[in-house]
Amino acid sequence: MRTSERLPGHPDFLWATADPKSSYDVVVVGGGGHGLATAYYLAANHGITNVAVIEKGWLAGGNMARNTTIIRSNYLWDESAGIYEHSLGLWEGLEEELDCEILFSQRGVMNVAHSLGDVREGRRRVNANQLNGIDAQWLEPDEVGKLAPVLDVTDRPRYPVMGATFQPRGGIAKHDYVAWGYARAAAALGVDIIQDCEVQGFETDGDTVTAVKTSRGRIACGRLALCAAGHSGVLASQLGVRLPVQSHPLQALVSELLDQVLDTVVMSNAVHVYVSQAHKGELVMGAGVDAHLGYGQRGSFHVIEEQMAAAVELFPVFARAHVLRTWAGIVDVTPDASPIVGHLAQWANAYVNCGWGTGGFKATPGIGSVFADTVAHEAPHRLAEPYALDRFVSGRLIDEHGAAAVAH
Amino acid sequence: MLTLPCPFCGPRDETEFGYGGEAGVAYPERPADLDDAAWAEYLFLRANPRGWFTERWVHRAGCRQWFTVRRHTVTNEVVPDAAAQEVR
Amino acid sequence: MSSRLPTGGTRLDRSRPVTISIDGQDVPAFVGDTLASALLGSDVRLVSAGIYSGRPRGVMGVGAEESNAFVQVTSGPGEPMVRATELEVHEGLSVERIAGRGWLPEGIDHTRYDKVWAHCEVLVVGGGEAGVTAALEAAARGVRVVVCDDRPALTDARAGELVSHPDVRVLTRTTVVGAHDHHHLVAVERRTDHLGDDAPPDVARRRLWHVKAAEVVLATGTQERPLVFPDNDRPGVMLAGAAATYVRRYGVLPGHRGVVWVAHDDGLADAVALADAGVELLVVADVRTTVTPALADALAERGVPLVLGAEVVGTDGDDDGFLYRVHLRGPDGVVVHDVDLLAVSGGLNPAVQLWSQAGGKLAWSTEAAGFVPAAPPPDAAYPLSVVGSALTGATGAVTAPATFFCGDVDDADAARVYLDPQRDATLADVRHAHLAGLTSVEHVKRFTTIGTASDQGRGFGVLTVGVLAQVLGRPVTEVGTTTYRPPYTPLPFGLLAGRDRGALSDPVRVTAMHDRHLAAGVPLEDVGQWKRPWYFPQRGESMHDAVLRECRAVREDVGMMDASTLGKIVCHGADVGEMLDRVYTGLMSSLKVGKVRYGVMCSPDGMVADDGTVARLSDDEWLLTTTTGNAASVLDTLEEWQQTEWPDLDARFTSVTEQWAVVALAGPRSRDVLAGLAPDLDVSAEGFAFMEWRDATVAGLPVRVMRISFSGELAYELHVPAAWGGALWDAVASAGGVTPYGTETMHVLRAEKGYPIVGQDTDGTVTPVDLGMAWAISPKKVREGRDFVGARSLVRDESNRPDRRHLVGLVPVDGSTAIAEGSQLVDAGADLAAVPVPMHGHVTSAYASVALGTPFALALLDGGRDRLGEELDAVDLRVPVRVRVTEPVPYDPEGERRDG
Repeated sequence: MRTSERLPGHPDFLWATADPKSSYDVVVVGGGGHGLATAYYLAANHGITNVAVIEKGWLAGGNMARNTTIIRSNYLWDESAGIYEHSLGLWEGLEEELDCEILFSQRGVMNVAHSLGDVREGRRRVNANQLNGIDAQWLEPDEVGKLAPVLDVTDRPRYPVMGATFQPRGGIAKHDYVAWGYARAAAALGVDIIQDCEVQGFETDGDTVTAVKTSRGRIACGRLALCAAGHSGVLASQLGVRLPVQSHPLQALVSELLDQVLDTVVMSNAVHVYVSQAHKGELVMGAGVDAHLGYGQRGSFHVIEEQMAAAVELFPVFARAHVLRTWAGIVDVTPDASPIVGHLAQWANAYVNCGWGTGGFKATPGIGSVFADTVAHEAPHRLAEPYALDRFVSGRLIDEHGAAAVAH
Repeated sequence: MLTLPCPFCGPRDETEFGYGGEAGVAYPERPADLDDAAWAEYLFLRANPRGWFTERWVHRAGCRQWFTVRRHTVTNEVVPDAAAQEVR
Repeated sequence: MSSRLPTGGTRLDRSRPVTISIDGQDVPAFVGDTLASALLGSDVRLVSAGIYSGRPRGVMGVGAEESNAFVQVTSGPGEPMVRATELEVHEGLSVERIAGRGWLPEGIDHTRYDKVWAHCEVLVVGGGEAGVTAALEAAARGVRVVVCDDRPALTDARAGELVSHPDVRVLTRTTVVGAHDHHHLVAVERRTDHLGDDAPPDVARRRLWHVKAAEVVLATGTQERPLVFPDNDRPGVMLAGAAATYVRRYGVLPGHRGVVWVAHDDGLADAVALADAGVELLVVADVRTTVTPALADALAERGVPLVLGAEVVGTDGDDDGFLYRVHLRGPDGVVVHDVDLLAVSGGLNPAVQLWSQAGGKLAWSTEAAGFVPAAPPPDAAYPLSVVGSALTGATGAVTAPATFFCGDVDDADAARVYLDPQRDATLADVRHAHLAGLTSVEHVKRFTTIGTASDQGRGFGVLTVGVLAQVLGRPVTEVGTTTYRPPYTPLPFGLLAGRDRGALSDPVRVTAMHDRHLAAGVPLEDVGQWKRPWYFPQRGESMHDAVLRECRAVREDVGMMDASTLGKIVCHGADVGEMLDRVYTGLMSSLKVGKVRYGVMCSPDGMVADDGTVARLSDDEWLLTTTTGNAASVLDTLEEWQQTEWPDLDARFTSVTEQWAVVALAGPRSRDVLAGLAPDLDVSAEGFAFMEWRDATVAGLPVRVMRISFSGELAYELHVPAAWGGALWDAVASAGGVTPYGTETMHVLRAEKGYPIVGQDTDGTVTPVDLGMAWAISPKKVREGRDFVGARSLVRDESNRPDRRHLVGLVPVDGSTAIAEGSQLVDAGADLAAVPVPMHGHVTSAYASVALGTPFALALLDGGRDRLGEELDAVDLRVPVRVRVTEPVPYDPEGERRDG
């Protein structure tokens, strides 16, 4: 019987559980990837170490624990390419930066085209990426077949493969390792990581948020940074701010461990499937976003069934794999499928980072550094500027629907 | 698979329906009179509560009528809305 | 040596011996055996290995709690990671041993999987005594009942009564795997897995049941929990209840000489059963200091020593790593026993997975020494209850079970205390997680990977919680469980896909003329769900040549195409005109009967959503056409606005897309062809003007003729009830010299005229003004301050920035180089290596053009209308083509050709 290689182990020490102090220079709400990365870069890049990350449950137990870990930067519009490529650059140095394994694997991300329209949009995106300095390629069906031999590139499927975009530098990482790596590095720099600490309200004075009321007491804040993904709308509403975000269930699933058959990440917007085979050999797949609002971290089973039908149609050998576990995250979706980053409306010392929809994981290092910079300088970072809340008033949207209509 | 109470056809599977988001967001009487901020509010701002929510559905694969229900966005409890057919 | 007893085995059919194989070694078995019982019956102890350690592993359990014994099935369609304890044998079953990881057999699995929906008032999960009682009670109330049980047959004495009840459906070999919101339960029925080659060809291998129930009753019983100690993973270490079950169900002795170590009375009863079956029990040990006297007496009667307050502290393996010695520490010190079986039982976990999936809470019960159902799911509209003392924890045991998981183990030995044998995860890993600072069971699970394998923690999950509590020095109640997520047992992808594969994976829509296209061997394009003729090649002709020929035919002669996929919506009501004024940018209410008008629809944020035509059929009947792709969404939009905002308007909408077939007839000779087909129709330019429609008899068929052009040429659309679509196609095709053309030629012809395609030349960020279609916005409506959908957004500053992307035309400066769709537009001569290269727009449509004598393109270009004549580079895959910006209407800009 053939045994497998163990994955690299974890560091001997991750982080110490902290109790809240009465006051911090910056309180980061949300102990997911974005919150932890923001805290880390506040400390590492800006010397702001009197920082608390408060998390209502267990650290990185929200979308960070529930996503399919796809990393890529091949977005259509310049603004998106800017932030995601900045992020990918950081991913490429992250193991060194954090001094721990994150199992970042640049195995490439392929987005498959099934119609003339898909081909046209795919080529448009590849061209935009190339001119933005992002590695992007267009693959003809035979090249797709070479990179992903188990993908059926014959004319048998209902919607045959007509080509694909490909970003070789894209890939996957191990989400727990990433979150814990940031937590460990942030804690080592003096950041307090506080779990089981739920926000119950805010105290304000004029245009300033002075304290966060939590299930573990009042915590005064010099600045407030919201990194709460699907719960951002609920938090902002406690400060009287309405955010144009809607929170939806997004489901994912994992198979048993299987011998390696897929060495790259394959996404198909048209037939709604995205899949990678993770380091240990399990197939990790995402489904479409459930249509209705939902905070229950549960989705409807028919979405999973449709997802499996699409998977088996594209990858006939997957028919015998098994779904071991399904779960759902809560994605916060904006009207233009682009995030909201910057000042939280009228509040002088409060900042918001949300609305990443299905793109949050891959943005983690990038938005962590950009948001930390924004909070540190009390002014939007260059890459954050296009994502200000007021774009919904002006109408200057960054519409990524065309390129990202489906979860990824 | 949620079961939704179509007020015209009775309880039916979720897959027969389309989703319409928050109920009660009326089209402005005179859009031209609104400033950009007020217009943006109509276009883009919708409630997103964690808890009870009055929302619109349309029985797309059935009678094709719009109606509203009250649903809890955490537990998915659904109760017919008293004003189910006042679907603005 | 065989461990098969000469008699016994409630599930066996000893008259039907079969032969199976593992790694090529033949193993005798009986129908009714599982792979696990067959292997044990032949003393084949090695079933799998640790994924990293390679340590030998055997059968530990007897059902879904099995954590070790997973194999690769290589017979039949093949299947990875199948649980040996639930794999029923059949002649020819062949498996291979694997180390924690399976493989996907190559090729397409043609096995049939079906889905079935069922509705009932009461669903009972579990057909044991409590489940049967609950089902019979429900049936007596006269309601529909479904009972699911994962065993081959119900064993309760009342099973016959239940099965024959007219309102009861009993599904055996059926595992309920998911309890979803609103009592949507998902179950897997294994129909032919156990039959091998004898499976009837017309029976689906498995069925996925979707059960919608008003009320659900869980009678799921318990799952046995092990105890752990160093080297607890050796073949020969089994669960005590499982060991006794192998005797009872399969007539198999799980060992010959053994030690039993338990923490509860049921474990002692299992020991009695093993002794009765003939296992030489050297000692029975209990972690408790008091046990139920009757059980102690029963062991004493059989001459089996009972040691209380005892713990297993280790095992030794033989050369193959199989169990051969147990180290047992009792009050008098450690005693070593030579054995081939160590049967352990730490308790019975109530099978609460479905309860938890459904949203029910769990609480630790000291009485049951397990997590039991506590607060029910919040949605009272869907009652969920549990029955059976095993599941509720109210077992009424005479002597309470011990809450005991693992004795004291030093760090050196902790790395051999396996908490998830399939993942080779150990007590040392849990201690490492704790030392690393982790305190949450969710973190520890992720850190150690415990509970992530194929059994999803059914075997060791609760035990791990207990061990973690020990490590943390906190009570079990504070540590809590991880969340149970569907599915309860693994679900094959192929089963979830069901029949939705190949041609059935998405509906195929075809037009009334489709058989004509197939007969002609025409290449088809997928347009949404539709199959449309792409081009009509003549013998040996390339696509390029065919399209140029078809274009020339339309420009110079006459062509025909199947335009049936156009979305078609009939509107009835006195207020349709007003309604359409509100949803189209143009003015529709003034349209006269007999006339047709072009219309653009915007979304509320002012972006082009669709375009098409509006024909007024009578005072209160109108016909809209939409783009092929948006037919459904336009109907949705109309209904939504009317129902939710303007219910006072008398307007109703009906999709007639499928009811009408359409032949487009285009080209300067189209009038002559139509005249020949419709001798009674006045086809003169004066008698039948552009943008008018007429009802006429064409080729003897009732046809609505519209003078509409999507090519700029004189053209007609012939609408006929779909049943006559084929006949109309044939008639036009036989009219003499009419060239059929496909979607590609249609695209070229419309692009030459600068007609945009919504969704190709627009992408949701483009206004009518951006498209150069300010003319499509009714000046009268604007003048009178009348609103329409999107109007307010179009007056935002952002919508009127001069540098917005406008639709323009492009031609290659050299007059010959093709421009590629999807090209990005950059400054002429820009250094493409100097990234980022500023981009000013992109090419949306590009074609060769016989009419223009040059390739050409449509593009969206920043401030494009102010840049006519400018040269740019259109870059595709890093190759630039020098282009010149032109008006977006390269061909016949004055529109002189539409009258022929």
